[in-house]
Amino acid sequence: MAISSPAKLSRQANDDLRSSPGRTAKESATHAVLLVSTAIAIAVLVVLAVDILSDGAGRLNLDFFTSYVSRFPEETGIRAGITGTLSLMVLVAITTFPLGVGAALYLEEFAPRNRFTRLLEVNINNLAGVPSVIYGLLGLSVFVYVIGFGRALISGGLTLTLLVLPIVIVSAREALRSVPREIRAGGLALGATPLQVAARQTLPAAMPGVLTGMILSLSRAIGETAPILVAGAIAFRRADNEPWHPFEAFTAIPIHIFDFVKRPQAEFQVEVAAAAIIVLMVLLLVMNSAAIVLRNRYSRI
Amino acid sequence: MSQARTGGGPLTASRPRHGERAVLALLWLCAAVSVVTTVGIVIVLFGEAASMFRIPGVSVIEFFTDTAWRPFTDPSSEQFRIGVLPLLNSTLLITALAMLVAIPLGLGSAVYLSEYAPPRVRKTIKPALETLAGIPTVVLGFFALTFMTPLLRSVFGAENVPIFNAASAGIVVGILIVPTIASIAEDAMTAVPRMLREGAYGLGASKRHVALRVVFPAALSGIVAAVILGFGRAIGETLIVSLAAGNLPPADLPAVNPFQQVQTMTAYIVQAVGGESPRGSVTFQAIFAVGALLFVVTFAMNLLAQRFVRRFREEY
Repeated sequence: MAISSPAKLSRQANDDLRSSPGRTAKESATHAVLLVSTAIAIAVLVVLAVDILSDGAGRLNLDFFTSYVSRFPEETGIRAGITGTLSLMVLVAITTFPLGVGAALYLEEFAPRNRFTRLLEVNINNLAGVPSVIYGLLGLSVFVYVIGFGRALISGGLTLTLLVLPIVIVSAREALRSVPREIRAGGLALGATPLQVAARQTLPAAMPGVLTGMILSLSRAIGETAPILVAGAIAFRRADNEPWHPFEAFTAIPIHIFDFVKRPQAEFQVEVAAAAIIVLMVLLLVMNSAAIVLRNRYSRI
Repeated sequence: MSQARTGGGPLTASRPRHGERAVLALLWLCAAVSVVTTVGIVIVLFGEAASMFRIPGVSVIEFFTDTAWRPFTDPSSEQFRIGVLPLLNSTLLITALAMLVAIPLGLGSAVYLSEYAPPRVRKTIKPALETLAGIPTVVLGFFALTFMTPLLRSVFGAENVPIFNAASAGIVVGILIVPTIASIAEDAMTAVPRMLREGAYGLGASKRHVALRVVFPAALSGIVAAVILGFGRAIGETLIVSLAAGNLPPADLPAVNPFQQVQTMTAYIVQAVGGESPRGSVTFQAIFAVGALLFVVTFAMNLLAQRFVRRFREEY
């Protein structure tokens, strides 16, 4: 659609100018409608927060963190989910960091401009749009069955790694791109090889940005339910082992929430689920705040 | 992008640096992981789906044309039906409801943020929208089932609205994609050159005219891209629909009543994985066939959106 022609526009404007009171009314009505549509999304956020806090706050106590899930809502806890989520975080962090930073360094600093590089870039963009449940299917087939890890922590962790890798790569590239060119030029002028410049100048300078992206990706990863649900997390059975070991069965906080909401008893569906949600949201909040603090501290320099 | 390289001529390294070549190869491999992932997704989905269609009694034609989804028994049984249409119908119903919520809210927020909001308000609202985008979908699923569903039941009557229904899930999926649509559409509108706005004001246009008749049409391809990406996101949404929309594929097609229990493609995947069906059974292999269809649809949406984004970039 083309932009309205100047003639048409001035005619419209003239119409409006002629009926001045109508024009003001229309103007404020438009403004109000737009304001309300923005406010609705924010209002939902507030309602959600209030709803979860009022449902779940009463159920939070020390036992909730230290006991395993149970058939009885008053005895249940999310200990296995907490260790599972923390283990997943560690696993995802140690795999995505080298892979993501390596790929970003290659694409940003070394990649020749050819068709393969373009393919890589288009591909990374497309991967970011693939629904997370599809990654679960990939993990289920490849990690659980073909490689044969079974329904183990490592299957879920690697699935999440593949899921967040495009996000890590994109944010690491942005961080590398924001490093001033003079730093690279200076290094090269002093006789360093391109690789030495990348490893000792560019990457350290980009590190705060890289880490910020890393933390945000991790917070995305631990909130995800569908991929690990499909790729082997234990949802419906009793989870009472501590899933520290990469080759053992595992669960995670979002999986607990899913399980609680699915149970028939209202106490599970509402109070216990909301309490687990509070724990997850606080964890996410802490991680996101850390990312913001990191970004602000280093962007000031 | 670094243009600086050790140039040719006398300054090039006097001897080959094998270590550096190895490191570069390693970095290349890291980048190649993403291609391997895509290839892996395609091979896994289509390979496992193909193995389902090799089971006697399972036909590709029925998969796309039959109107009942009951892949739970042996293919030779009377009960067995493997038509994906009820799942596709459910997904589209929920997506349509979601778009009904998300397009007005998302585009309204985008116009407001780009044309109306004072800088201070913008600075508060944008992070709030980002927060909404960052909420895990399982949490929104909880919200749909324990807040939206009771709300709908009290407004429309509990006898009209079953506990699991498409409307509740659709509305909450819509809320989920508001930030996606709002942020991409806002970027597109902010990128419209100032000259266009000032020209319109110079002709006596009001703020409403500038926003809706000048900036909005000028940013249209970016706005279309935002809507398509939101659509793709809604189709692939899993947790909200598994928790709030139910697990019953509609019997009468086309299913358009929002107050009925449905089962989307993604909800089937979650249901079948949670069950105990062994690998190789139709029930289990069907998740990959459904996944392949989902992948094709979302992939097409992403490509389409990228075309619109590219067109937008070319304009300005």
